[in-house]
Amino acid sequence: MAKILVVTSGKGGVGKTTTSAAIGTGLALRGHKTVIVDFDVGLRNLDLIMGCERRVVYDFVNVVNGEATLTQALIKDKRLENLFVLAASQTRDKDALTVEGVEKVMKELSENFEYVVCDSPAGIEKGAHLAMYFADEAIVVTNPEVSSVRDSDRMLGLLASKSRRAEEGGDPIKEHLLLTRYNPERVTKGEMLGVDDVEEILAIRLIGVIPESQAVLKASNQGVPVILDDQSDAGQAYSDAVDRLLGKEVAHRFLDVQKKGFLQRLFGGRE
Amino acid sequence: MNIFDFFRERKKGSTASIAKERLQIIVAHERGQRSKPDYLPALQQELVDVIRKYVNIESDQVQVALENQGSCSILELNITLPDR
Repeated sequence: MAKILVVTSGKGGVGKTTTSAAIGTGLALRGHKTVIVDFDVGLRNLDLIMGCERRVVYDFVNVVNGEATLTQALIKDKRLENLFVLAASQTRDKDALTVEGVEKVMKELSENFEYVVCDSPAGIEKGAHLAMYFADEAIVVTNPEVSSVRDSDRMLGLLASKSRRAEEGGDPIKEHLLLTRYNPERVTKGEMLGVDDVEEILAIRLIGVIPESQAVLKASNQGVPVILDDQSDAGQAYSDAVDRLLGKEVAHRFLDVQKKGFLQRLFGGRE
Repeated sequence: MNIFDFFRERKKGSTASIAKERLQIIVAHERGQRSKPDYLPALQQELVDVIRKYVNIESDQVQVALENQGSCSILELNITLPDR
């Protein structure tokens, strides 16, 4: 049976798709057969971030409606042997997914994969609800900013009450906090909430801190999950987060202001 | 005032600490709301309707609170009757 992970946040634009792509790719890099599923019906973007947008033939909704088999709809990653993407439908509206339909697909995926990573749409409506409904674990992506933290807390409430595990009285969904777009310099200046502040408010286990990084945009420009840029700070931070997800103890990096060397200061850092 | 106070002061009055304080208050408030059962507003409305049969009151004069104490819940009703 696969482990079902949901990447969620409530608020939009905090880095859910970037995170889904990075975490899914990271799991595959470590040898786990993984599929990343886009739940954002009508506004699919995971395909672009993964760089497989021109290879989408069938999508999630086609499989739910029986218009295509799962094997036909799964897009195999060109870089990694054991990584697959299931794209969301771009033409249907969000009501195209139903609990029964999603359950059928999740069940079939669970039989063939070790990890199913569900990329949730923003908001708390149907798509977001279905993305987290069958989850075993949740990665709550949060920016160190008031509206994002508040929405994450709202999402934590929903994870605890509106998931299948909650409704059937099973063990609760394991929740992880992933802080993204973190800027240590601004934290030092008192202009941004620090890791400790967000941890204290949300009170869930911190799985990683991804620094605000130019590498993220560069990676998405090229359709390469940022975790594959192993020279970049964001790539390394995601890599650490995947290790922690798999139970390894890894010290947090990139929490402090990086001191620039003399030459870097003179010519300006390129990275 | 020494140099350490100077730094501490800046930290305390910083926008980040204002953000934290605001968040702590709103998040605590919203968590309190979340644990309330869905039927509470309807219950309150029906209670107001029953009381209105006998006494003329406004709907904001009835306060319904549900408190959890260990294994039991206490439903607290607070009704302010108008002066006669």
